[in-house]
Amino acid sequence: MHEMSIVSSLLSIVREEMEKHGARRLLVARVCYGALTNIEPEAMTLAFEALTRGTELAGAKLELEEVPLVVRCGGCDTGFTPAGRDFLEAACPACGCREGHIFMNGDELFLQHLEAE
Amino acid sequence: MEIPVIRPLLEANDKRAGELRRGFARRGVLALNIISSPGAGKTSLLERTLRDLAPEFRMAVVEGDLQTSNDARRVAATGARAVQINTEGGCHLDSALVAAALEKLDMDGVDILFIENVGNLVCPVEFDCGEDAKIALLSVTEGDDKPEKYPQLFHRAAAMVLNKTDLLPYVDFNTARAIAFARKTNPNLEVFELSCRTGTGLAAWYDWLRNALKTKRNA
Repeated sequence: MHEMSIVSSLLSIVREEMEKHGARRLLVARVCYGALTNIEPEAMTLAFEALTRGTELAGAKLELEEVPLVVRCGGCDTGFTPAGRDFLEAACPACGCREGHIFMNGDELFLQHLEAE
Repeated sequence: MEIPVIRPLLEANDKRAGELRRGFARRGVLALNIISSPGAGKTSLLERTLRDLAPEFRMAVVEGDLQTSNDARRVAATGARAVQINTEGGCHLDSALVAAALEKLDMDGVDILFIENVGNLVCPVEFDCGEDAKIALLSVTEGDDKPEKYPQLFHRAAAMVLNKTDLLPYVDFNTARAIAFARKTNPNLEVFELSCRTGTGLAAWYDWLRNALKTKRNA
């Protein structure tokens, strides 16, 4: 459950940003995460609820968005987003090759924006 | 109102990890973060390495453990400096825990620092501890599909140590398959097949450590 640590870091950033912008009530926090992070959306939501309950952030919603993964084809260097979860064995849309793909991203984990009042 | 932010969630951890990394660079210390499942042999690998390389290097260990100090005692018995972090149920080490541990560790003259993470293939991966490299340790009793199931670790590790190769005749572990998938996630991954029990294959791992330290100090 490293999601507890991650959400606790998230909430520190949220509180800083709310104060900076003079916001009083948090409605939504949107977090983007890459396919190569070990983020379990359900565990993140559970941790968010547990850590905001009874605080000034209670009732806010955590939105999670997976950042599309891009791999570079091992055959022709074309960048593409694999359809399934077998990222490294997906057929390249340009040449059909299924080998030697390299991850171009996937480690993203950031707070994108807040909606607040 | 909508407030655009774009801030990494783990920025506080990453910042402290950066400070640790600069400290290691200043002291010329090679720092390695060892990550594996429980029972894969992290402590055994350290015991062997600390004993066998004691004449060449001064080494220290930050030992992450959920509850006990058994591992720290095993490591300290080799003569290496060791400090224990009890995470009290926490599933991973982070840069703050490592920084606190280092305050209790005499780092004078240390060449290599091993950070033995909590036994877990998932949670530790996300938390930078200031290391030069992550080492993924896998044992042949765990199944050859681990790199496939947990690509994140192998993607980010500099080396994969495949331990307990002396048990290969007794388990259905396809070494080629495990290595092939691990290298798919990370074409530059170094692989060491070894047995901490018999000592087979350790020499290549030791050479890698020697080179990694040399490279770091010449950088």
